[in-house]
Amino acid sequence: MGVAAIKEYAFESADRLENFHGNQLLYIGWDKHLLFCAPFCLPMPPAMRFGDIIDKVLPGVFGYHPDFAKIDWSKVMWLKSGQPWQADFNKTLAELGLKHKDVLRFQTPGLDGIKGSAS
Amino acid sequence: MDMKVSKKKLGLKEKYQHMTRGLGWETTYQSMDEVFPYAKYEGIKIHDWDKWEDPFRLTMDAYWKYQAEKERKLYAIIDAYAQNNGHLSVTDARYINAIKLFLNGISPLEYMAHRGFAHAGRQFPGVGPRVACLMQSLDEIRHAQTQIHSLSNYNKYYNGFHEYRHMLERVWYLSVPRSFFDDAYTAGPFEFMVAIGFSFEYVLTNLLFVPFVSGAAYNGDMGTMTFGFSAQSDEARHMTLGLEVIKFILEQDPDNLPIVQQWIDKWTWRGYRVLTLVGMMMDYMLPKRIMSWKEAWEVYFEENGGALFKDLARYGIRPPKWLDQIEQDKDHISHQAWATFYNYAAACNFHTWIPTDDELDWLSQKYPNSFDKYYRPRLEHWREEAKKGNRFYNKTLPMLCQTCQIPMIFTEPGDPTQICYREVDYKDNKYHFCSDGCKEIFEHEPEKYIQAWLPVHQIYQGNCFNEGVDPTAEGFDPLAAVLDYYHLNFGRDNLDFDGSEDQKNFEAWRGMATKNT
Repeated sequence: MGVAAIKEYAFESADRLENFHGNQLLYIGWDKHLLFCAPFCLPMPPAMRFGDIIDKVLPGVFGYHPDFAKIDWSKVMWLKSGQPWQADFNKTLAELGLKHKDVLRFQTPGLDGIKGSAS
Repeated sequence: MDMKVSKKKLGLKEKYQHMTRGLGWETTYQSMDEVFPYAKYEGIKIHDWDKWEDPFRLTMDAYWKYQAEKERKLYAIIDAYAQNNGHLSVTDARYINAIKLFLNGISPLEYMAHRGFAHAGRQFPGVGPRVACLMQSLDEIRHAQTQIHSLSNYNKYYNGFHEYRHMLERVWYLSVPRSFFDDAYTAGPFEFMVAIGFSFEYVLTNLLFVPFVSGAAYNGDMGTMTFGFSAQSDEARHMTLGLEVIKFILEQDPDNLPIVQQWIDKWTWRGYRVLTLVGMMMDYMLPKRIMSWKEAWEVYFEENGGALFKDLARYGIRPPKWLDQIEQDKDHISHQAWATFYNYAAACNFHTWIPTDDELDWLSQKYPNSFDKYYRPRLEHWREEAKKGNRFYNKTLPMLCQTCQIPMIFTEPGDPTQICYREVDYKDNKYHFCSDGCKEIFEHEPEKYIQAWLPVHQIYQGNCFNEGVDPTAEGFDPLAAVLDYYHLNFGRDNLDFDGSEDQKNFEAWRGMATKNT
């Protein structure tokens, strides 16, 4: 049962892919850096190179944090929907199989936030 | 000589009977099922509506007299408060942000409650609950009006009060209380009564009203305190109605139990999530604190609620799900919420700030298990950066929970360093949640929640700009365009308290009231 209703009740998702003008949503969270109160939601073209997100988008998103400049991107560990995930900076989102509303987390061992507080 | 004796007046009990139960009848031109189309589809079985016990034997004429008397008293005090510039007697101008939160986030819910009870009252075939819902519906619109009237005094002097009605349907954080009530209002009449009448009014209402009303009293705000007291006797009636609803439904048919239990689980969790805003208000926004959120939760939920659910056990009701998580969360959610509003202070219609040293110490003392370890370093870092002119304003939009619509700020039960991520795949789309509670609520009725109007996604779809705005134009500033759409004045309604117009005006006016310069 999808819902209790007096008659047929079927609607499309308010956030389906075609509503985003050619972009797809990508969520990105940085583990143990809760100075950013929540993971972010970014509208990105599927043909965007993943490396361009790292180089051109994330500095504006996470750059306020003093740990951000210290990240060694070759050692970062990625999770997609909570499972280990292999990033490839030279591939596009589509080539990496990233779908609309997929969620990525990245972990930066050794960088644990403000005074190690996970902030 | 014989005198004709006029007929004795009706006794109270008879009068009550005639003016409530006597007003109902079995329809014959149309079937009862057509006249009351929402009475059965939720699966609740009622065999005898006359078994409804009216908790208060109140008739409409007595109701009007009683409420009119309270109104007279209330407005006399509100007028006196306004004429004596009562707003200058509050502890400090930061306090005013707590009542901005109330007017923007809570008062519109009173109006929604009015609509909801009117709707439920119309849809119940039984006369007893219809009369009770009618009175509560009138109470709720009275609460909305008295709150708007008493807070309109602040609107003359301070920013952020001016467009609460417009903002409710637009501003990102207001989608949290709004979607909560929309969810209840669009449910059937029985679910609405369990959601609002029982779970919110009975189980959680003390956690909403006591903090705001006592907070007002502690901080010198007699206007707000008075509307709280004026609503209090109504609240007592509402709570009794909420409890009667549960008992009545459960006594009517054993098949009703699992449906009611699922609603109690859902609505306690939904209500608890909305109360995050109250927790933050108590711990951060009252210059003179009453008690911590954690203490309030322990007194008003764990003790009082614990006794209630023991009492309901004889009907087969168990305490709401996810209480173990709530128990762990009470050390954290108020801090996580304040950090969120500090992050997004540029897009908000009230101010935020870093607590003073005294206040940080108070938080350390009230939250010995969490504050110094996880939250103090964050606040102190922000304070240092602000001193250097680098106050943090987060400009990237956050990921939201599909059900409660709160940004995904909550942490894993047992690990305050890790954001809690949950997701569900449903019909080719992915949906994300802040908790097991919100995920399970979605899974029970996915068709309802896939339509959610999530502010972040709506902005990215281009639905949160004023008509005629072209997001593809060169130099387009999305934040400015969204704030225009919100009717939020940049530099007046938003940003840090420190340096705000409210802060400067309050200081100047209080100076004029207390000094001879």
